[in-house]
Amino acid sequence: MGFNFYDFTALTHNIHVGLVEGFSPFMATTLEWVIVGTAYLLFVALFGLLLVYAERKVCAAFQQRLGPMRVGYWGLLQTIADFIKLLMKELIMPRKADRFLYNLAPFIVIIASFLAIAVIPFAPGLQSLDFDIGLFYLTSVSSVGVIGILLAGWSSNNKYSLIGAMRSGAQILSYELSVSLSLLTMIVFAGSMQFSTIVEGQRDGWYLFTGHIPSLVAFIVFLIAGTAETNRGPFDLAEAESELTAGFHTEYSGIKFAFFFLAEYINLFIISAVAATVFLGGWMPLHFGHLEAFNHAMDVIPPLVWFFLKVFGVIFIIMWFKWTFPRLRVDQILTLEWKYLLPINLINILLMAFIVLTKFHF
Amino acid sequence: MTQDELKAYLLDKFTSAENTSFDYLICLSGVDYPEYMEVVYHLESVSLRHVMVLKVRTKDRVSPAIDTVSDIWITAKYHEREVYDLLGVLFNNHTDLRRLFLEDGWGFPLRKDYVDEIRIVER
Amino acid sequence: MSEIKEVMFNSDRLATDEYLVNMGPQHPSTHGVLRMLVKLEGEKVLNIQPHIGYIHSGIEKMCEAISYPQIIHLTDRMDYLSAHMNNEAVALCVENALQVEVPERVKYIRTIMDELARLASHQLWWCVMGMDLGALTTFFYGLRDREMILDIFEETCGARLTVNYNLPGGVMFDIHPNFQKRVKDFVTYFRTKLPEYDQLLSGNVIFRERTEGIGHLSLADAIAYGVTGPSGRASGFSNDLRKHQPYSAYPLVKFNEIIDHRCDTLARYEVRMKEMYESLSIIEQLIDNIPEGDYAVKMKSVIKLPEGEFYQRVETARGEFGVYIVSDGKKNPYRVKFRSPGFSNLFALNKMAKGHKIADLVAIMSTLDLVIPDIDR
Repeated sequence: MGFNFYDFTALTHNIHVGLVEGFSPFMATTLEWVIVGTAYLLFVALFGLLLVYAERKVCAAFQQRLGPMRVGYWGLLQTIADFIKLLMKELIMPRKADRFLYNLAPFIVIIASFLAIAVIPFAPGLQSLDFDIGLFYLTSVSSVGVIGILLAGWSSNNKYSLIGAMRSGAQILSYELSVSLSLLTMIVFAGSMQFSTIVEGQRDGWYLFTGHIPSLVAFIVFLIAGTAETNRGPFDLAEAESELTAGFHTEYSGIKFAFFFLAEYINLFIISAVAATVFLGGWMPLHFGHLEAFNHAMDVIPPLVWFFLKVFGVIFIIMWFKWTFPRLRVDQILTLEWKYLLPINLINILLMAFIVLTKFHF
Repeated sequence: MTQDELKAYLLDKFTSAENTSFDYLICLSGVDYPEYMEVVYHLESVSLRHVMVLKVRTKDRVSPAIDTVSDIWITAKYHEREVYDLLGVLFNNHTDLRRLFLEDGWGFPLRKDYVDEIRIVER
Repeated sequence: MSEIKEVMFNSDRLATDEYLVNMGPQHPSTHGVLRMLVKLEGEKVLNIQPHIGYIHSGIEKMCEAISYPQIIHLTDRMDYLSAHMNNEAVALCVENALQVEVPERVKYIRTIMDELARLASHQLWWCVMGMDLGALTTFFYGLRDREMILDIFEETCGARLTVNYNLPGGVMFDIHPNFQKRVKDFVTYFRTKLPEYDQLLSGNVIFRERTEGIGHLSLADAIAYGVTGPSGRASGFSNDLRKHQPYSAYPLVKFNEIIDHRCDTLARYEVRMKEMYESLSIIEQLIDNIPEGDYAVKMKSVIKLPEGEFYQRVETARGEFGVYIVSDGKKNPYRVKFRSPGFSNLFALNKMAKGHKIADLVAIMSTLDLVIPDIDR
């Protein structure tokens, strides 16, 4: 059972075979669930903390300051300290809140994020679900989160929360369209919705480069719509600190607030991971057609590292948006989607279909 | 001359006539004197740049009342509320004469006979 | 359940309703303890009713019990961002009442300090304006430059915010030997940094969209509501007292009164941005020519104003500030009234924000540049 850092297929296969041979089929499946679930939980918790830290450092760099510096080396333990603080905080509930829905909402949000993360291919063999409808599944489960936000806003019995939730609902439902359509453009190009096929298809060059202008347009649209989908600035109307104090999670405290907070960062990761996978080749190293020497040099870097490099690149761009732009107004946000992004997207799909039909791509 | 006519006359004189046109109410203050209350209007003409101070004395000091000027200069609406709040001068025909800073039932602190019970000011 | 069904299928009964939201007293964008009862229809603002008085500190009442030099220390606490200008208003009022002529040096120092305070105030306003619109980075850019002014204040008079530098008859101390050099350094530095402000916020597409044509306040309304300062000048209301009733060293300097006729949020923003350049130019004209002389005239140890009424207007960073003193010849005033710019400006908010969205209300409030202690006094 040799450990290969370039291909995890053998490793995951061996674990699977080992479990099936050692236990009854029922036990084997259960154990697999437990192992995979724990792995994802650990990953999400740690990566969430890391992202919060990264955001604070990136934001500090834009604002000409240092960010957290006191807890741990360069403030590395700051987010862990914050997390402990959040765990110890009192859970406050408004007296007239809808108890059941109020408690349920954070879980819906975070479960939607967990569901979506399951199809992300981290490296060869390191992916728990590899459907033939992977992308379709991802777009559908990631939009379940908005129900949680709507419920949170409604059940809090607070007008600010309700306004925030309604804004969020209108915004996410609209931008879901652009996310799906820009992904559809790439599905037309890739000819598959399966993540492994999409990544494999980029062996000779990332779709961003091989797909001519339509894929570049789709990438930009996806970044904009994806930022809106995650409720991040300049599309953070649902939270809009200066208008609605904290929007839909105004009334949440302690660990329930932490769930919303964590979900926001997981969603950021998911959007970036999808962008990295569909447009930038996922774990596939940077390859250029037939430059064999160059391609071999790139292969030395492990796929896992490639994947996270790309993800962090996209995350950095999205953070850059947030710390530079003012917030849009609610009518402007809908105008942007329905009057600009949607028509651009539709034309883009036609263009892409034309390119695919005429084989006018690299 | 009836009050309405006087008012119309003043309005015309102050705000629109060519050589006066006091269209900008800078400040409206109330002063408590031993025998009467006084409301002081600082006025300026934006076009002609001259300034005028107009003083109105009330007959009664204990329950003073004069006409509002908030229909002439809108800003007076809020300045009058302040004067009412702090000095207890009632403004007739004011559309929204409520306390501004203090809560209902508080005395009128800028009156000279106001008793400073919790001794905020006087030591 | 049956009722819900009935409502759902009977469109006559499916009505939208307006609702009230309390903005404040604790709200991130009211900049203090201002409470506004906002009537909304969905996102649309129908009516705003400001409720003030949460930090009413009875300054006018307190003034009746203390002496004139002491009053100056209370005026800082009203509009703390224009502390120096407020102090100057009282000092000028007392000087005029006693017919004291202050040395030229004092006039120069006061004017330079005025303009530095105005710059500091506008910088902070710019920081917060960006924050209110959701661009959080502006806050740190503005504060970075404001720090230099506060350092100059600290070196000159020991305080950074509530400076208390003025006295009747002059200023408290002479300027620090470093003063001229540091101010000149700051002016050259800030001239390079102002374009950075424009790059970050003014030229941004989203910012333009958010401000252009929002919060219209016509000239007639501006005058009727007594909206002064940059907010009034953006409606074409020429009200710069530095021009119309010059005091201190303002008659000696050349500067433009910035007037804009577009009346919207963007105009109010740009007036303030341009005013910063004018302030820099005023400082440049004065800083090299501060005449030698005393920094204060000797006043009597107990200052008594002659019987009568005195009014002094100055231009603070937010607009016209007035001091009305009624004196009965004693060492403390009979009545003091402060005409604060924020008070009049605040009540024009309803006129401006009606019919706009909640987000616009925040933007409009931001360009009025409210300081709540200034309103509550």
